[in-house]
Amino acid sequence: MCLFLDFETNYACSLKLNSCVLLGVFVKGLLGLRFLSVVNKILRLRKIDSWWAGVQMGPPDPILGVTEAFKRDTNPKKMNLGVGAYRDDQGKPFVLTCVRKAEALIASKQLDKEYLPIGGLGEFNKSCAQLALGADNEVLKSGRSITVQTISGTGSLRIGGNYLARFHSGPLDVYLPKPSWGNHTPIFRDAGMQLKAYRYYDPSTCGFDFKGALEDISKIPEKSVILLHACAHNPTGVDPRPEQWKEIADIVKKRNLLVFFDMAYQGFASGDIDRDAWAVRHFIEQGNNILLSQSFAKNMGLYGERVGGFTVVCSDAEEAKRVESQLKILIRPIYSNPPVNGARIASTILNTPDLRSVWLEEVHGMANRIIKMREQLVAGLKKQGSSHNWQHVIDQIGMFCFTGLKPEQVERLTKEFSVYMTKDGRISMAGVSSGNVGYLAEAIHAVTK
Amino acid sequence: MSVFREVTLAAPVAVFKLTEDFNNDPFPDKVNLGVGAYRTDESKPWVLPVVKKVEKIIAHDDRLNHEYLPILGLPEFRSSASKIVLGDDSSAIQEDRVGAVQCLGGTGALKIGAEFLKRFYNGNNNTKTPVYVSAPTWENHNDLFISAGFEDIRPYSYWDAEKRGLDFSGFLGNLESCPERSIFVLHACAHNPTGTDPSQEQWKQIAEVMKRRKLFVFFDSAYQGFATGSLEKDAWAVRYFVSMGFEMFCAQSFSKNFGLYNERVGNLTIVARNSDLLKRVLSQMEKIVRITWSNPPTQGARLVAVTLNSPDLFAEWKDNVRTMADRVLLMRSQLKAKLRTLGTPGTWDHITNQIGMFSFTGLNPKQVEYLIKERHVYLMASGRINMCGLTSKNIDYVAKCIHEAVTKVQ
Repeated sequence: MCLFLDFETNYACSLKLNSCVLLGVFVKGLLGLRFLSVVNKILRLRKIDSWWAGVQMGPPDPILGVTEAFKRDTNPKKMNLGVGAYRDDQGKPFVLTCVRKAEALIASKQLDKEYLPIGGLGEFNKSCAQLALGADNEVLKSGRSITVQTISGTGSLRIGGNYLARFHSGPLDVYLPKPSWGNHTPIFRDAGMQLKAYRYYDPSTCGFDFKGALEDISKIPEKSVILLHACAHNPTGVDPRPEQWKEIADIVKKRNLLVFFDMAYQGFASGDIDRDAWAVRHFIEQGNNILLSQSFAKNMGLYGERVGGFTVVCSDAEEAKRVESQLKILIRPIYSNPPVNGARIASTILNTPDLRSVWLEEVHGMANRIIKMREQLVAGLKKQGSSHNWQHVIDQIGMFCFTGLKPEQVERLTKEFSVYMTKDGRISMAGVSSGNVGYLAEAIHAVTK
Repeated sequence: MSVFREVTLAAPVAVFKLTEDFNNDPFPDKVNLGVGAYRTDESKPWVLPVVKKVEKIIAHDDRLNHEYLPILGLPEFRSSASKIVLGDDSSAIQEDRVGAVQCLGGTGALKIGAEFLKRFYNGNNNTKTPVYVSAPTWENHNDLFISAGFEDIRPYSYWDAEKRGLDFSGFLGNLESCPERSIFVLHACAHNPTGTDPSQEQWKQIAEVMKRRKLFVFFDSAYQGFATGSLEKDAWAVRYFVSMGFEMFCAQSFSKNFGLYNERVGNLTIVARNSDLLKRVLSQMEKIVRITWSNPPTQGARLVAVTLNSPDLFAEWKDNVRTMADRVLLMRSQLKAKLRTLGTPGTWDHITNQIGMFSFTGLNPKQVEYLIKERHVYLMASGRINMCGLTSKNIDYVAKCIHEAVTKVQ
């Protein structure tokens, strides 16, 4: 039976294969459907001489797959509330004015295209850290942190995961909030970490399960890694209040946990970059030497340019140098050095006072439009006569809203109304506009009444 | 107590450290023959004229924005990049069994290919499959496959230091004696660091053995166009292997031939037996990309795609590439001539026999140290020099220094 099941043997001689075929037919009958696919693979091998005969079709990405399905739909009223990319009130991608201006500035400088250092564009790294921590942060003044440019948020988390797997002296466990961004789990797992969870979202209130979170966090073994969403939690939009953050910081310190902040929406949540970074700064102030992933995909609309940063706050500058050297060793065999374009744009914006103030306004504008859509959706649902409590739509923050819709309701929304969202009931408010919010209210009401 | 107190200081990557030392050197006549980037005769980086043109086109195209690319990258980039290496008339492309993944430079393409092979080649997650890299090779090859999880990276004979050429019988010997299914990383042209490529006849022999012994072909093509000045000539080996019916990977870099170093433009071209298999392979590549960088950067891929898909711009690009290749060829012939004139001991034919950006001079570590420390001429400890670092202004100085190193330092 062993040679039979060794379906990697692409070049088995025909004699062996013929007996395999006979055996295959016999076994097919005996073992039924369960082994059908295995047997079929072997039978296929008679015709296909390929290294890849055993490769299965991978399932579509749950988030990006939504956009694929949306594109195929011909309904003129269709709505894409899947992937978290900001849209203006006409439903169009929004290229920020400060970005266009920065691009023109950069173009006029006629810069060369020489390789960046492995750790990325120095001036970007500096301003990236300053944006998160505040320019006058003691950490930056003492030089006891290192920030490397990464391939947006994903790349940052991946480097962080790889770094932890190699150097973390505590348990190689990452505790994620329940639920978390779908890609967190496979990223950390592939990096070599184990995934665990702490309670976070309370479906009965569509809000924060503060009690549950504290209980779970207080039981996490010492020196484990805990991942926290700095603001605008993805997918729920539920953030702890400052008093709650303070208690979490206390427990985390008591348990001696290594804190890994994922901040993909600074500025996008409340409209205020300092307010959105409050939790990160508070934890550092309380003595947590954190890890931090930042993305500029959303807050600068630089999605496809892949702009991000990974920061490690260390004990002192000497330790930071050692950590930096190891981060470079991790980065080099993946992509050698990062792409310049987006980092130059981000750096130009952050370091040119005029552009920086335009940016702050535009980020504020994006956040405000989202907030307005939340209010209009709830108003629309009330108008439809919905008897449900939709307050959470307004209380939640950032790009996403965890509607509380069940998978069957989500399916109906998609099939009957061409409203596309992820199965967990998450909608991207960025996909809602004044032109379609009424339709959305209608559709949601229809599947929930 | 810090969780990172045990983290040791890692050694810097040699080639970047070399440039750092060069930059810090105050000597006015210093020469950098280290990192592999093209330089003009004024020792300046060169943004290709066609690239400047296309950047303006892109900047003025209001239809463009900064939205996410698909996970596998910009479709027009992927297809035109694969065409460049496989040829417009490639039957494999016509048979719909060629696919590609846009990656972060050549490194990224090798990485995604390596991760895929780790998961799906020669069993599932078989990290024990031997991976053979040339002796010597680009120093990141080793780390790259290790980082992907492979446990057994082995050298195949390549450089013959005695005769300063290809150790072909050693190479064939490794191909004949290695375990079946081993993975071989082959340099498509302009071998880095030796500049020594197999001849067409030798490639044919290599292919025959690899086919017979079921070895996996993983081409690294970082210098197409840069070696001879001809895209077709430089892709000959890759195309030959495809015509021989191999399923294979080819990691392409557009860093050098487009001068887009810091935009990170690369392409992993995949040739499969049929389109169904190809689809499955690509779907799995997507999953690997998603947990590594989600989707690739737009700028560089757009520049290349626009260029390759416009006949005029494409012609202009080929011209720019020839300019670079020609300057390198000129420096090669001049360096050899000058060493001959100086009467420097040894034969220097390898300077002009070798091809591409690099030359393996044959200088030993002591001589290299002399050049760096005493003469401020920076080159890799292996004796590798980047021909692009030579200019009409510094070639006399460099020739003189090499002469000194060879005659004074043993």
